[in-house]
Amino acid sequence: MSKCRSCREPAVIDLPRHNANFCAEHFIQLCLRQMRRAIEDFSMFGPSDRLLVAVSGGKDSLALWDMLHMEGYSADGLYVGLGIGEYSDESGRIVRQFAAERGLVLQEIDLRNEYGFDIPTASRATRRVPCSACGLSKRHLFDDAAKRGGYDVLVTGHNLDDEAAVLFGNTLRWDVEYLRRQSPVLPAGGGFGRKAKPLVRLTEREMAAWCVVRGIDYVIEECPMAIGNRHLAYKEALAGIERSSPGVTASFFLGYLDRMAPLLAAAVEHDDPVPCRRCGAPTSAEGEDCAFCRLATTSSSHDPVPVRVVLDRRGRKAFDEQWGVPEGESDG
Amino acid sequence: MIVHLRQPRREVDVRGGRPARAVLNELGLAAEGHIVICNGTLVPSDTVLAEGDQVEIRPVVSGG
Ligand code: SF4
Ligand SMILES: [Zn+2]
Ligand SMILES: [Zn+2]
Repeated sequence: MSKCRSCREPAVIDLPRHNANFCAEHFIQLCLRQMRRAIEDFSMFGPSDRLLVAVSGGKDSLALWDMLHMEGYSADGLYVGLGIGEYSDESGRIVRQFAAERGLVLQEIDLRNEYGFDIPTASRATRRVPCSACGLSKRHLFDDAAKRGGYDVLVTGHNLDDEAAVLFGNTLRWDVEYLRRQSPVLPAGGGFGRKAKPLVRLTEREMAAWCVVRGIDYVIEECPMAIGNRHLAYKEALAGIERSSPGVTASFFLGYLDRMAPLLAAAVEHDDPVPCRRCGAPTSAEGEDCAFCRLATTSSSHDPVPVRVVLDRRGRKAFDEQWGVPEGESDG
Repeated sequence: MIVHLRQPRREVDVRGGRPARAVLNELGLAAEGHIVICNGTLVPSDTVLAEGDQVEIRPVVSGG
């Protein structure tokens, strides 16, 4: 039986990239140390800053909220109800329970109630893939809530595997503008508040393990819209390389930040944003609506679309296995 | 030995008395993409899972 590298007690987890095993207590110490290091290395925030944590109900954001709380930060949660069927219902329940059990402040925004649409409908109405409509909406609502609530920093639970997968995709396309913006901290400016990703030195397996070790109930089931998306394909490709070279994902992403990102930051020019004429959020085109307002206008006038309808064959099959076929919606 | 799997939620019956890694292999699940919980406790992949153990194998990869 494997033993903890620090104390020789029985281990609870093996971490190939550290070539070591850890007991629960030393695993917790390791995670907190990695988060502290990210916060310090990238000057993300200080002890007196007020943080708003975007929480989805998944392992990463709940682990992050828990870790920040343990470290003594003042951190409120923000949950956005995306209207993705049972998946969203369960996510909302879990986030509320997490906050209530710990006496934490949770802000909630419901897309359908407050903006008159949900993600499946937005996807259909704007002919965007669901994750694109969703990402755009979340970015806008997170920024807006942080600004209105007077928070110093918006923090998100993006982990090392997420960031490496995004970097991989941006590199495959040589998308220089996206590459330039892929930083664990984005300073306030141009109408946006500061944003930070304190989990960029921690993997998704470590975050799932954190939740189990700390007894955190999280949504284990994947969002039905994620099935077959490009992000997952990039993760699979990286996992394949990681299997034979443990640590390669970390060196790919952290090496990018260390050696490549500074070169890009110096080389690329960018335009200053102007306020959206409808909501005031920063956007690129003078006198026009921002991308979120355009999406909201198109989607809120569209009839509501159930989740299953916007999934492809493979997604629908997985959805039915997970949540059951709704009455009268079988493929026959 | 009954193993509880997620996404979708299901149960499989496999032979116990061998390391978690061997069970993951048999089920075609990558060790890097999963965590193993035995009788409510997280365990490393060299832990021997016994016939009567309550075992859950959880995926950790998310696409959001
Ligand atoms: S998987 Fe896509 S649709 Fe689902 S929550 Fe994530 S970004 Fe949104
Ligand atoms: Zn230890
Ligand atoms: Zn706008």
